[in-house]
Amino acid sequence: MSNDGVDNGKRRFLTLATSAVGAVGAIGIAVPFIQSWNPSAKAQAAGAPVNVKLDKLEEGQMIRVEYQGLPYFVVKRSETIIEQLKNTKFDLKDPKSENPAQQPAYVDNETRSIRPDIVVLKGICTHLGCVPQHKKVTEVDWGGGFFCPCHGSRFDLSGRVFAGVPASDNLEVPEYSYVSDNEIIIGVGEGAA
Amino acid sequence: MTKMAQLMQWVDDRFPATKVWNEHLAEYYAPKNFNFWYFFGSLALLVLVNQILTGIWLTMNYTPTGEGAYASVEFIMRDVEWGWLLRYMHSTGASAFFAVVYLHMFRGLIYGSFRKPRELVWLFGMIIFVLLMAEAFMGYLLPWGNMSYWGAQVIINLFSAIPVYGADIVEWIRGDFLISGATLTRFFALHVVALPMALLLMVFLHIVALHKVGSNNPDGIEIKKYKDENGIPLDGIPFHPYYTVKDIVGVAGFLFIFCLIIFFAPEMGGFFLEPPNFTPADPLKTPAHIAPVWYFTPYYSILRAVPDQQLGVVAMAASLIVMFFLPWLDRAKVKSVRYKHWSFKLWVGLFVICFIILGYLGMKGPTPMRTLVAQICTVYYFAFFFLMPWWSTWGETKPVPERVTH
Repeated sequence: MSNDGVDNGKRRFLTLATSAVGAVGAIGIAVPFIQSWNPSAKAQAAGAPVNVKLDKLEEGQMIRVEYQGLPYFVVKRSETIIEQLKNTKFDLKDPKSENPAQQPAYVDNETRSIRPDIVVLKGICTHLGCVPQHKKVTEVDWGGGFFCPCHGSRFDLSGRVFAGVPASDNLEVPEYSYVSDNEIIIGVGEGAA
Repeated sequence: MTKMAQLMQWVDDRFPATKVWNEHLAEYYAPKNFNFWYFFGSLALLVLVNQILTGIWLTMNYTPTGEGAYASVEFIMRDVEWGWLLRYMHSTGASAFFAVVYLHMFRGLIYGSFRKPRELVWLFGMIIFVLLMAEAFMGYLLPWGNMSYWGAQVIINLFSAIPVYGADIVEWIRGDFLISGATLTRFFALHVVALPMALLLMVFLHIVALHKVGSNNPDGIEIKKYKDENGIPLDGIPFHPYYTVKDIVGVAGFLFIFCLIIFFAPEMGGFFLEPPNFTPADPLKTPAHIAPVWYFTPYYSILRAVPDQQLGVVAMAASLIVMFFLPWLDRAKVKSVRYKHWSFKLWVGLFVICFIILGYLGMKGPTPMRTLVAQICTVYYFAFFFLMPWWSTWGETKPVPERVTH
């Protein structure tokens, strides 16, 4: 085959144009493959907000609720504990809760709660996603809080992470709000409903 | 020509059957001084076949759904004829795969099998190793026991360390707000279809690359340097029948140990199948102590040794990535441990000790003392690789023979 009289510029242009269109097509067809891995409509419906009644919750106790298939902790703290948490004697990584990703803006940064006594936390260790265990003040010598059995991370009763443990962030405070004095809804933030 | 030869001729005119047979077996000349360490390549191939066969048979009775998976594995164990054997062959095979591959890699390390011109053999091998880890990790989720579940939880959440997009990526991998049936089915698809295909392709490339450059040997010298008048290496012998027969001895030895484990200790005291995996997956109940299966524990120890989450993930990834660079890190004048300076034995010996200690610590819960030991071993692990361009040039090497010794 002779290459005489071939317009190389035109040939290069056609090669490039064909490749570019092919690449766009490849990206386009990749979208359904990638998007199909997102949570399905069924999974999203199963993750609807959850109401929690607080009237039977005694001081020092914890309720564990399931929201989007994950455990959430609701703990009632006494006046003394709130005082102790404010002037904590332990070394914490983020005592003032300055990482905005770990709690909604309407939550008080010091108590990490809307009402000082009730704290709501996502029960998933910020290290690698294990479920921390609730330790009462009387059970341990580090003031009580949450202990992760996987890698030994510790959090105080406000979910603030201790220094010197693998987790870097405080336990997450989810979006929640008060429906009435004795009932909260997890998954719906203040001002959202 | 006999009928058989005519038939063969008919095939060869249409497909290079004889040519491939000769190039890769009957006229593939391997050094004649292979020792014990050279069993593990062919054993890895044997275990791969075992995994594929038993895996196909397991899928015949396994149900890949969040509701049915755990029960279907128990069904295989109790109600399917010989189901327990197929399952134990598969679960023990997973551990055997890593045992054999680790020994195969160690062989490469001490005899310099990754050195020029075998860099691509090493890189293909490393890709196989990483694919194997992914394959084992996804396979471990499938029984849907509580350790399957929480092990996967820990590993998938490693991706949350990715800045900004971490949480979204984790949700995308899981296909749900938590690990659920959606995660199980996609892992099943990857474990039984996608990754095995990728593995087979990489094994093919690994062997093609090896047969292009020829096998290394315990002396770390090139047998292609001295050839007879027919162009056959003087120190080479045809792979078939010489090494196929030798490898059968290795296979017999391997099967002896393999069968002992399958029949007498299939759980290996919790090392191969962990106790919490005999309860179904429960998203609300973390096992008191989460540890990966033994072949992942060294990297897991490295992850935990770093007190910062993101840096821990980086360190764990780096501990694997750094191995890819081995061909360019070793600057010694000779390949084989036999002719290297004695300090090489010291560095490698300490590396093996650190690797085993890290593996041991990865199975145990963290205490301050253990974390400290893990940190020391992690530092040495990286020092071994990062300082290799420097220490591998230490001291005088011994004179390398012209022809292989045996």
